[in-house]
Amino acid sequence: MPSVLEVRDLVKHYPRGVRAVDGLSFEVQEGTCFGLLGPNGAGKSTTIEMMEGLLKPTAGQILFRGAPLGGHYRERVGIQFQNTALQEHLTTRENLRFFSALYPKRRPLEELVALCRLEEFLDRDTSKLSGGQRQRLLLAIALVNEPEVLFLDEPTTGLDPQARRNFWDLVQGVKAQGKTIVLTTHYMEEAYLLCDEIAIVDHGKIIARGSPAALLAAHFNDSVLELPTAEADKLHDPAVCKPKGDVVEIHTPDINGTIARLLAVGASLAQLRIRQRTLEDLFLELTGRDLRT
Amino acid sequence: MSNFFSDSWRRLRAATWARSLEFIRDKSAVGWNVIFPVLLVLGLGYVFSGPGQPMFKVGVLAPAGAALDAKLHPFLATPQVQFYREEPGEVALHKVQLQRIDMLADFTVSPGRYWVNEQSPKGKLLEQLLRGAGGDALQRQTTSGAEVRYVDWVTPGVLGMNMMFSCLFGIGYVIVRYRKNGYLKRLNATPLRAFEFLLAQLLSRLLLIVAVNVAVFVACRLLLHLRMEGSYWNLLLLTTLATFSMIAMGLVVSARISSEELAGGILNVISTPMMVVCGVFFSIDGAPHILQIVAQLLPLTHLINGARAIMLDGAGLQQIMPNLLALAAMSMLYLVLGAAMFKWRQN
Repeated sequence: MPSVLEVRDLVKHYPRGVRAVDGLSFEVQEGTCFGLLGPNGAGKSTTIEMMEGLLKPTAGQILFRGAPLGGHYRERVGIQFQNTALQEHLTTRENLRFFSALYPKRRPLEELVALCRLEEFLDRDTSKLSGGQRQRLLLAIALVNEPEVLFLDEPTTGLDPQARRNFWDLVQGVKAQGKTIVLTTHYMEEAYLLCDEIAIVDHGKIIARGSPAALLAAHFNDSVLELPTAEADKLHDPAVCKPKGDVVEIHTPDINGTIARLLAVGASLAQLRIRQRTLEDLFLELTGRDLRT
Repeated sequence: MSNFFSDSWRRLRAATWARSLEFIRDKSAVGWNVIFPVLLVLGLGYVFSGPGQPMFKVGVLAPAGAALDAKLHPFLATPQVQFYREEPGEVALHKVQLQRIDMLADFTVSPGRYWVNEQSPKGKLLEQLLRGAGGDALQRQTTSGAEVRYVDWVTPGVLGMNMMFSCLFGIGYVIVRYRKNGYLKRLNATPLRAFEFLLAQLLSRLLLIVAVNVAVFVACRLLLHLRMEGSYWNLLLLTTLATFSMIAMGLVVSARISSEELAGGILNVISTPMMVVCGVFFSIDGAPHILQIVAQLLPLTHLINGARAIMLDGAGLQQIMPNLLALAAMSMLYLVLGAAMFKWRQN
């Protein structure tokens, strides 16, 4: 599969010795969704802004279809930032028309409206949109020029769970049309659901890379049982019991056997939860830190 | 190449349209921009159309280096009178005709001479003071002309001042707000160029300010029966060019900063002295030389002087050409400087 974007030894230093990005290398394949995953301050946004052509790297190279980012690069990509204000007193339709007019190649308005589900607030002042509606409009704006690559920088941060799920549906719709997407997020579920390939970034370096399923399979062969502390303690096995807030997590490759042992010691399973390993666990495993800290 | 220009023109048009819509729909801002200057002019008209000012003002033509004191002539020590050094020429005499000054005294010739306006009661009173002061007799010269009411004189200043505030603060605050809330960063991710964006902001503001001030001018002309000796087209040309240069000045201020507080401070530092130095409310004819040089470097001076020349003296294009050229030069300088310094994002 041809790579659309190629990042080679990318470095970005800020004044006072801050190394925001410290030698990243990866490729983004045509028609896939590539996720940069990591905690706040890991260097995701700096990396994506360099890939968008908005920030100059200190060192390293970014190639678009085999060539350095040229003068017309901005006409060929679409960008959705984490926080973007729009002009006040303009409606959704007017904002779309305005951004559309800035590009030589334009996608028909009706298509964008249908793809991003903007019908119900097309003629509403954008200051009166909800968070989810606003993100849908910003996604449509990022798509006005029929971009070859769509950059989404933490697009669902601050949205409620319902709005987030709706947005994921839209991105999956865009993906289904064969668009190449580069996404940054610190939501593991988002990355797992949308990305074909991820790079986990910490302190400006890639610490793991691959498809979410392959990464999890490579690092874990167990599942997680969650129980209230009082019930899990009956097992008297501190080696497998790991306290996490109000509950205890039991990591085990043998779910049936562990449940049998719990029943044998008289533990109540009324509040038992079983889950598979997540990318969040992977980050904890790799760095010893929680992704959200 | 044709694609380059048509793309650029399309982006410029779109950005101008979007910004104009944003402003027009901000009803409070539009209302304030129209109502405030009318109220100000009406207020000033009411205040200054009453009894005349107690101070006499006399322009003096004196030999170079000579102080304007009793050594030159005892009349110059008269306490109720403000004396100031005037430049020789038609302009000085014209001020007597318009009764903007009450007398012009010339000590560069021997014997000395003075001009008063026969239709000015203050001129006659001053003649009595002159006779009472003693010293060498001065030859009496007369001129005539209807008095220019203060409201006729001050209105171009007040409208100019209002335009200055609209230009500087209107453009300055908007761009700083766009930068602060990340909107400029979003635009930077599109093919829109800095020059196109700035020109769009400028054109949108220019059209609106000129349109608003034409309406305000018409209202003032009807309500206050303003004197208008010259061409409306020349006044429109001068106003448009001055508005352009003052907006461009605002672009320079807002080119890099991301704080509305800092922008407000800098704009105040620029606009307040302009209000004083450029002769909005009072003539700076008697002001120190250095102040008059500074005034010539500011666009508001050229707008007010040019507008007064057109409205009060009936000046044509040729007479206001120095003002137009100065404004054109300032416009280009500020626009190039603003585009060169412009930053899309905050640090």
